[in-house]
Amino acid sequence: MNKRVTNAVALGLLWVAALTTVGILSAVILYVFVNGIGVISPGFIFTWPEGVNAEGGVWPTIVSTLYVTALAMVIVTPVAVLAAVYLAEYAVQGRLVSVIRFAADSLASVPSIVMGLFGLALFVEAMGIGFSMLSAALALSFLMLPIVMRTTEEAIRAVPKYIRWGSYGLGATKWQTVRKTVLPAAMPRIVTGIILATGRAVGETAVVIYTMGQAINLPVSPLDSGRPMTVHLYLLAMEGINLPAAYGTALLLMIMILLFNLSARFILRRSSKT
Amino acid sequence: MTQPHDVHQDPYAPPDGPDKIAVKDLDFFYGDFQALTGVTVGVKEHSVTAFIGPSGCGKSTFLRCFNRMNDLIPGTRVEGKITLDGQDIYAPNVDPVDLRRRIGMIFQQPNPFPMSIYDNVAFGPRLHGIKKKGELDDIVKSSLERANLWKEVKDILDRGGLTLSGGQQQRLCIARVLAVEPEVMLMDEPCSAIDPTSVQKIEDLMGELTDRITIVIVTHNMQQAARVSEYTAFFLQEVAGEPAELVEYDRTSSIFTSPKDRRTEDYITGRFG
Repeated sequence: MNKRVTNAVALGLLWVAALTTVGILSAVILYVFVNGIGVISPGFIFTWPEGVNAEGGVWPTIVSTLYVTALAMVIVTPVAVLAAVYLAEYAVQGRLVSVIRFAADSLASVPSIVMGLFGLALFVEAMGIGFSMLSAALALSFLMLPIVMRTTEEAIRAVPKYIRWGSYGLGATKWQTVRKTVLPAAMPRIVTGIILATGRAVGETAVVIYTMGQAINLPVSPLDSGRPMTVHLYLLAMEGINLPAAYGTALLLMIMILLFNLSARFILRRSSKT
Repeated sequence: MTQPHDVHQDPYAPPDGPDKIAVKDLDFFYGDFQALTGVTVGVKEHSVTAFIGPSGCGKSTFLRCFNRMNDLIPGTRVEGKITLDGQDIYAPNVDPVDLRRRIGMIFQQPNPFPMSIYDNVAFGPRLHGIKKKGELDDIVKSSLERANLWKEVKDILDRGGLTLSGGQQQRLCIARVLAVEPEVMLMDEPCSAIDPTSVQKIEDLMGELTDRITIVIVTHNMQQAARVSEYTAFFLQEVAGEPAELVEYDRTSSIFTSPKDRRTEDYITGRFG
């Protein structure tokens, strides 16, 4: 009898916890959706802000966000993937590797505003790149680097040793084995890691506010400044000028991140079938 | 344990045919642990030679010495001599990468690469510099034919190798090895992870392949050794923690009908292992 009661209580608690999680998530999404959906229209998405940049659309901020994210991805991917290949395949597993891994994990937990400050000092000021897509992308890449590196390393380690043996057994060198069998086998999970890190970058505010500036500008060159969606959203809300537009921007941002995450899932799903 | 075995004094017991691979006084170490001691054996060209023995008797370890696969495991060490066509394969001027092209290997777990059937078979030839489509097409076709898989896959060559059944995957791996035209094929318990119908097909295949290559197979299935091989070597680790050794090596028919060593007889009659 006692056992049954304990069981029922435990089950009840688990239920409550699960429901709370789902409830909070739904509340946030629903709130943003209800408040933001009214503003969203082709005009809102594809036109420029007007007046004191509080009216009108958000087009340049969408472009700035996508631009900086793509640039950061291009910068971070080769570095992170090559570092991960070295760590997983070549480095003698020992003290040095654990130190590098620990450093990467620590880097991942540095508050993003600190990373922004660092980006401001190094790229904007010391290197003289100024407020620009490039400065922001470099600072963002610091944020993405540990994520991509660690997921890539895990992906490489997850490739079964039998696959490597098959390649070595055919007279492949180590590099041929890594490039032609291990990396292709790990690719879906590597791509997933990159996409998840990219989703993180899309939603990042603190880093870009220090490094990209706030100019409403359609960036063309990497040295152009701009205003990403997150910063636009922050200014719309905190300066209290146009809350409905803030919710609209927030909703667009959430949809973009959702699309990123869905595409990551899609890639993983599809690859597990072949 | 202490009784002397004169098999070591009579290393090349099976008389006819030249040795493709000759092993003399081989000791093998995993770090401080010695896994094999004093193994001397000659693998005859164009034959199937089986290594049998209970689990943990070092037969797979021994097999992996032939293409220096053990080099990939840190801390392993080989003493003694292994020759391929009279050439020492552990000589300093031998590149294990070249050696593995001449001595291919099939593993217990079928291990197609996550790519198409065609690309799996073309993998080795491409590694070694063959790029022309026509030439690759020919190699892929003939290798799959030799591996008895062509009929089943000729219309689905662009499908992923991992979509095949386990037995087909193993034949794909055989085709992949044949595509680099090795002289020897090592098979490490190739049938223990696949269905009986496929086992039958792979066993039939082995006899056909020896027209051009030499096969060495490790198996813990004695019936399989009896069915497919012409020569059999029996390995045994008598005491846990001590190195294993080669107990008896002879024509398969002699091993199974009139073993010379008492321990071989006990093993094949199922008294242990």
